[in-house]
Amino acid sequence: MTLANCVALSLILCAIGIFGMLTRRNLLGILLSVEIILNGANINFAAFAHFRAADPVAGAVFPVFVMAVSACEIAVALAIIISMYRRKKRLDVYRMEELHG
Amino acid sequence: MADFILFNSYLILLFPLFSFAIIGLGHINSDNKFVAKFAIAMSSLSLGYALLTTLAYLSQPKHTLLAYDAAWLNFAPGLTANLGMYLDPISVMMLVVVTVISLLVNIYSVGYMKGDRSFNRFFALLALFSFSMLGLVTSGNILQMFVFWELVGVSSYSLIGFWYEKPSAVAASKKAFIVTRFADAFFLLGILLVSFYSQTFSFQELNSPSTALLLKDAGVLTLGTLLIFAGGWGKSAMFPLHVWLPDAMEGPTPVSSIIHSATMVVAGVYLTARMFPLFAASETTLFVIQCIGAFTALFAAVIAITQMDIKRILAFSTLSQLGYMIFSLGAAKVCADGGGHHGADVNPLGFSAAMYHVFTHAFFKCMLFLGAGAVIHAVHSNDILKMGGLKQLMPKTYWSLLAACLAIAGVFPLSGFWSKDAILLAALQSGHTVTFLVGLITGGLTAFYMFRFFFLIFHGEARSHLHHVHEDPWMTWPIVALTVPTIFAGLLEHSFVAQVLPPHLGETGHFAHPAWLPWLATLVAMTGIGCAWLLYGEGKTEKAAALQKAFGPVHTVVQNKFYVDEVYLFITHKIIFNCVAAPIKWFDRNVVDGTMNLCGWLLQVGGKGVRLVQNGELHLYLGATVVGLIVLLFLGK
Repeated sequence: MTLANCVALSLILCAIGIFGMLTRRNLLGILLSVEIILNGANINFAAFAHFRAADPVAGAVFPVFVMAVSACEIAVALAIIISMYRRKKRLDVYRMEELHG
Repeated sequence: MADFILFNSYLILLFPLFSFAIIGLGHINSDNKFVAKFAIAMSSLSLGYALLTTLAYLSQPKHTLLAYDAAWLNFAPGLTANLGMYLDPISVMMLVVVTVISLLVNIYSVGYMKGDRSFNRFFALLALFSFSMLGLVTSGNILQMFVFWELVGVSSYSLIGFWYEKPSAVAASKKAFIVTRFADAFFLLGILLVSFYSQTFSFQELNSPSTALLLKDAGVLTLGTLLIFAGGWGKSAMFPLHVWLPDAMEGPTPVSSIIHSATMVVAGVYLTARMFPLFAASETTLFVIQCIGAFTALFAAVIAITQMDIKRILAFSTLSQLGYMIFSLGAAKVCADGGGHHGADVNPLGFSAAMYHVFTHAFFKCMLFLGAGAVIHAVHSNDILKMGGLKQLMPKTYWSLLAACLAIAGVFPLSGFWSKDAILLAALQSGHTVTFLVGLITGGLTAFYMFRFFFLIFHGEARSHLHHVHEDPWMTWPIVALTVPTIFAGLLEHSFVAQVLPPHLGETGHFAHPAWLPWLATLVAMTGIGCAWLLYGEGKTEKAAALQKAFGPVHTVVQNKFYVDEVYLFITHKIIFNCVAAPIKWFDRNVVDGTMNLCGWLLQVGGKGVRLVQNGELHLYLGATVVGLIVLLFLGK
């Protein structure tokens, strides 16, 4: 396991996440893709902390922060998604165009 | 005690201001009787305090004093405008004149405005005018004077247009405002110019010889003083800015009486007198003042002969008398080759004569207007051809107006005789023979048109059907009261000549007083009255009509006021509107507005384009975010 492998993995995860975000019609799918991107970033943090930092603990703190924040974000996003589902009975983002200018 | 009274002399101004605020803000719809009582009470208090101030002023030795002085505007270190009460002989005199006339006109207006639905508004505005005028005469510096100068302009405007349902009144008020504002623009320029070089606004410093020297060295003395005089030119309605005054007669007659004859229109004379030492430093300025005054005096007197409207006759008479005052001020400088003087080149008689004429003229002209108002009230017409035979019906008005007409004609021993005599003497001593002759001839014309006016109104048979003509006591008593100063103000001549002098004039020479002058002036006045008696003495107009026919076109030209109004209309409508205003309007509408509209249109079109992107599709937004992020990442390198 080298730093290059870890960075490649995080890049792949990020690319999968972005691809999913752009192609999924379902809001839940988009939410999952966002989580994948975040985890890609987390791996990056952890890898650099492990291989490069003088004090690995300092780097390891960031993924913990990100996880805490994304947990909160997921909670909020899920609440929005649920209420949206109750109103519309579907989660297809192509049909959600109320905000167009 | 005297100090205390003088220090609080600003109360003279505060009474009318208070009256304006209370009536204008709180009682505009109240009972008329209460408002009338309140207004009269306030102007009586103002008069009482003005008299107290006069006594206190006379009991102390100083010639000029700033009774009250407080910092007002701090422009720059060394350039401060103060608020002050400036007391010197002319301002004290004007305080008395304005408060006396204000009180009498207030009383008169109770009768004149009875039943008018804007009765209360009238008294509020009258109080505002009194306040502004009193402020103008007591201003300690030129900037403060300018503020009050504009305030009297505003009150004059709103009182000329008092009956705003009448289109002619509205037009007249606009005309008065625009013409005087036009002149005031120059006044302001003059203030800026003079204060820029002299670094002061205060009259005391402006009038000092050092300021005159300073301005002369900077080369702006003549220009600055002429610009300042331009303000007075408009306010005192000198030719060719006189056109607003005859039209201002559209206002209620008490307004014409107080504002457009007795007080406001002498503001220009007052300004000239106030800054006289500075003006006198420039010979050109004084010469211009003298010429314009003499010309207006004669010009207006000639027009007055042919007018048929009772108030317009008086308006032109006012113009003519203002001309007298102005040229008298201009004549205070002795020209190089004239006069029997020894070394001195300034003759203070011109100054004191002008101020004395302001004083006497205020009373008899105010009375003439009040009398004319009473006649208009009785006959319901302004046309003197529809009057006649009012002698028996209005005896008190008849006898009072007789005194006023004799006074303005300059008949011994009424007040007008003394002041006119002093003015003619000043003109003679100054060595300007033409001005003296103009003054003499104008005196004859004055006597003629005043008695034409008088005979046509009161003598002979009534020329129209008159019913229930009576003299309203509210209106009659102020007229009768004014006969006292009209007849007896002549007694004050010596104190005026001795006391009312401009400061800082230094050595003045000794001037001869020819004994033939009063006789000549009286002879000319008597000739004028005699001619009027011959033509109109029986209240008949046939002889005059024949004479009028003989003169034909000359009469038409004069009756149409030498077509000055038409010239103005031609210049403004045809030349300025078409050649200046129209291209500017085109430029504004097309170029300026066009540029602005183009900017707006571009933004609108751009906005419409950008709006298409915002289509509400989440994918597009996300994609744009990602692309943007990538672009930023690469740009970052």
